[in-house]
Amino acid sequence: MKRALKSIALGLLLAAGSLSAQDLAVRAGRVYPVSGPAIDDGVVLIRDGKIDKVGPASRVRIPDGMRTLQANVVTPGLVDGRSVVGLSGYLNQPHDQDQVEKSAPIQPHLRAVDAYNPREVLVGWLREHGVTTVHTGHGTGALVSGQTLVAKTWGNAVEAATLKAPAMLAAQLGSGAFGAEGKSPGNRSKQIAMLRAQLIKAAEYRDKLRAAKGEARPARDLELEVLVDVLEGRLPLLVTAWREQDILSALRLADEFGFRLVLDGAAEAYLATDAIRAARVPVLLHPTMARQFGEMDNASFTTASVLHRAGIPFAIQSGYEAYVPKTRVVLWEAAVAAAHGLGFDAALASITLDAARILGVDDRVGSLEPGKDGDLVLFDGDPFEYTSHVTAVVINGQVVSGTVR
Amino acid sequence: MLRRCVLALLCGLPMLATAQERPIAFTGATLLPISGDPVENGTLLVHRGRIVAVGADVRIPADAERRDMSGRVIMPGLIDTHSHIGQAAGGDNSAPIQPDVRVLDAINVRHAGIAKARAGGITTANVMPGSGHLLSGQTLYLKLRRGNRIEDLAIRLEDGRLAGGIKMANGTNPMRAAPFPGTRAKSAALMRAQLVAAQEYCAKMADPKLPADRKPARDLGKEALCGALDGSRVVHHHTHRHDDILTVLRIASEFNLRVVLQHAIESWLVVDEIAASGVPVSTLLLDSPGGKLETMNTNNATPAILHQTGILTGFHTDDPITDSRLFLRQAAMAVRNGMPRDAALRALTINGARMLELDSRIGTLEPGKDADFIVLSGDPLSVYSHVLESWIEGERVFNRADPDDALRATGGWGAGRDEIETDVLQMESGT
Repeated sequence: MKRALKSIALGLLLAAGSLSAQDLAVRAGRVYPVSGPAIDDGVVLIRDGKIDKVGPASRVRIPDGMRTLQANVVTPGLVDGRSVVGLSGYLNQPHDQDQVEKSAPIQPHLRAVDAYNPREVLVGWLREHGVTTVHTGHGTGALVSGQTLVAKTWGNAVEAATLKAPAMLAAQLGSGAFGAEGKSPGNRSKQIAMLRAQLIKAAEYRDKLRAAKGEARPARDLELEVLVDVLEGRLPLLVTAWREQDILSALRLADEFGFRLVLDGAAEAYLATDAIRAARVPVLLHPTMARQFGEMDNASFTTASVLHRAGIPFAIQSGYEAYVPKTRVVLWEAAVAAAHGLGFDAALASITLDAARILGVDDRVGSLEPGKDGDLVLFDGDPFEYTSHVTAVVINGQVVSGTVR
Repeated sequence: MLRRCVLALLCGLPMLATAQERPIAFTGATLLPISGDPVENGTLLVHRGRIVAVGADVRIPADAERRDMSGRVIMPGLIDTHSHIGQAAGGDNSAPIQPDVRVLDAINVRHAGIAKARAGGITTANVMPGSGHLLSGQTLYLKLRRGNRIEDLAIRLEDGRLAGGIKMANGTNPMRAAPFPGTRAKSAALMRAQLVAAQEYCAKMADPKLPADRKPARDLGKEALCGALDGSRVVHHHTHRHDDILTVLRIASEFNLRVVLQHAIESWLVVDEIAASGVPVSTLLLDSPGGKLETMNTNNATPAILHQTGILTGFHTDDPITDSRLFLRQAAMAVRNGMPRDAALRALTINGARMLELDSRIGTLEPGKDADFIVLSGDPLSVYSHVLESWIEGERVFNRADPDDALRATGGWGAGRDEIETDVLQMESGT
């Protein structure tokens, strides 16, 4: 009944002023489109959930009757470069931890869509802090843990939330992906040997598929067909590598098989900038405040600025923690990077447009440009200041959070 | 041989500096004394490791060394009421209650965590064993001075004892396979039994009428508990859930323990009860809720709520749970979630000093107090500010302009390694 009334009201609204529920205007003291220079006293107009106009208030008129929000600062919806939210839940109990399955070291057929919980508390937590798009899925802890997806942090079902699935195939090198005692891979060499063997197997499977006619066609192999997508460049291989030696191993393997590599974590990337740039490989950099110990004992607050100066495309991620915090917030991670040499503009890009580009969703999100999704974050001050607040979050023109965070 | 003499001479210099015979005047800075209002273009005068004067109109002695701090902010050194830097360790898996174990015997003074804490502006830390026991051992309050021995960093009290507390915990962390408790009631029962046994022991040991041959055999664990029972050792109590917090207050009241509630994630649900007890709370803010069942009700407004209720509120890093270099961020995030700015700055400094009962020596910039302070590039609550220098008792222990110190401040290649005196090595190698 309520819903029916709503529909009637909506219909009347549409008839009256050609305004829809996904029409919204935001006026702010400063608008950061990211795709272009900041606009003082700016306006963002959203029509039918898409950005219609962005410009100074003197040039962009807000139509009469359009719902209008005010803010000190507006940015594009934030894009989290790499997360496990929706799979690794906030309670950290066996029932809410689906980011890695350890029965086998290589499981490329595990799909993120079969595990992502769009109602998980941490998805809401990120949304309230301005993250509107998240690259999430299978995490660290296995040589090949499974697939990832890119989703909006809004929507009741994974299908409604998803922008891209699968997005990448997640792999990890180094001690974090060693097998249990007595189980392979037991060291780094074995990791590469196992990956190489599996990729060769996938290439043979692909060749058989191509050559096959009729009944000679090989039986469908759900694992190998994902690796065929990797070999064919349809699916990037996301390789978590903290140490320089693991970063270089990933580059070597990518060179050998010609797949699209995206580096993940990359704590020692500052030692390998020439090699990474030469390979044209983007980096989904660890959270700036990630604990600097274990395989990350050489991590630095300054790595983002080093990558930026080296001209390597990168985005900052929220990452994964086995304990606390169960998710980090890229807004705060970028803030610390901004204060450690990266600067404001590059830091903001690293959690908006640059992240969207690496994830291949920059046609939809990442900047305030006409035609893109109406995803915005409203702030009461400098977004990176500890003491500023997110005052509202908009996805597809709808205010999805009014909680002051 | 000659080089050794030169080295000895050079090495003698820091000894002189430690004694700090010459006054140092830090001029032109914005001073945040905490004990009073900020002072613009103020002067901080320190001599022989103590603060001599603080203010806008400080007379600078003719022989004083002047350091221009224009554009800088100077505030008291930060006090971390709960840290695990220095490879801290306490009880092992043999028993749930091990008061005889001292964190003092585990600390590695060259551990990178200590150098990083200096880079974060922390000058005093309560270094504790973990929370996997009902009682994991004796804690140690450290000044993060540079030194070779733990005694160089320890704080000696007027009665000659080294300052420190007792670490206790309840809730799920100490609940595990026997001999550890399996339930909350059992946890309380085990602790209560130990405290009763200690009461009897302490009474006998203190009884002047009891002849020496009838005194109990010396028991190091009970001896330490005597300190908790007579109030000379503060109990730092890890606790999360509202009911566990009240259990701590109940036992503290039964045995007259002086307690600081540590973490106390659900303290915001029982503020009236905590306020009535007069017990302070050291809080920890994390970037997202959860991590385990008993922290599901995380509320980042907790410091604001506690402060508003009149509860003495402090912060801690729980390093490595949060990084010591981001300690100022704790206060800033508390302000983001409603805590007044001046209250948050007190929580970083004097409130922590009060929890460690060291407030007569540290926690504010006041004449007579230890010259423990930090120099910042700007507002301490801004993400864009950095700690430039940390000073303890008139000696600079961190200088961001020094490349070795800068590496500790940001991380990078080798930042996690134990500290060695590279200055001395360079002199020895002739470079």
